[in-house]
Amino acid sequence: MSDADPLFKALADAGRRKLLDRLHAHDGQTLSELCRHLDMTRQGVTQHLAVLEAANLVAVTWRGREKLHFLNPVPLQEIYERWIRKFERPRLKALHDLKHRLEHDGEDSPPPRPRRSS
Amino acid sequence: MTRADRSHFVYVTYIRTTPAKLWEALTDPRFIHQYWFGTTVDCAWQKGSAWKMVRADGSLTDSGEIIEIDPPRRMVIRWQNEWNPELKAEGVSRCTIELEPIDSSVKLTITHEIERPDSNFIVAVSGGWPRILSNLKSWIETGEVAITTHPGHRAVKAEGAGER
Repeated sequence: MSDADPLFKALADAGRRKLLDRLHAHDGQTLSELCRHLDMTRQGVTQHLAVLEAANLVAVTWRGREKLHFLNPVPLQEIYERWIRKFERPRLKALHDLKHRLEHDGEDSPPPRPRRSS
Repeated sequence: MTRADRSHFVYVTYIRTTPAKLWEALTDPRFIHQYWFGTTVDCAWQKGSAWKMVRADGSLTDSGEIIEIDPPRRMVIRWQNEWNPELKAEGVSRCTIELEPIDSSVKLTITHEIERPDSNFIVAVSGGWPRILSNLKSWIETGEVAITTHPGHRAVKAEGAGER
């Protein structure tokens, strides 16, 4: 999926990740507001925002003459499903198997639990 | 600053489809329940229509009204929570759904806002929308959804909605 290239590229920079954190803390900020809390030049912030916008990690809306920047987590959800959730499954199965083994260890002395009737 | 008096978010996704198909996916209850975890919408999709989100068992989760509708470009929904007393008490929110064709895709923008600061309702819906949009995108593009709520409910094959 080539859609993911600009996304991973955008995330591969500490300054841009910091910008995402700033928006997570306070969504819908102007460029000036974002610059106030960051140790970056205005030009640097503008460039980083352009990369984040191209990767669809930042969405922009206009309110009058103010350009507001919003964190857009939808592509992160897509990464989560494609690259994280998939790899969680084997671990969950391992945990499930461990639980099963522990609970059925020593079948001659069943655990002191009420039996389910249904 | 007036912005401090409200809570809102803007979410965007690009889906490889046409505005007409995406509009259908957003308004046809048979399609909605495929990617919205079994929940669906009861609405006549006219200006002033009542709008209700309903679980598979028929219980109401959210209610409201269509404030603006311009197929297949834009709709605005007056939206109030119905299942959680705390969130319901926050009152009415406003959800704007916009579709804009860009090359061979459609840019789908969801803006959800409420006229109060630090809204828990906005926190709650902002957590849900990314999963719904991600499901919607994969359902339209591949015919399958990634997330379902029901453990026994496997990814559903779409009938005629996939575009591959």
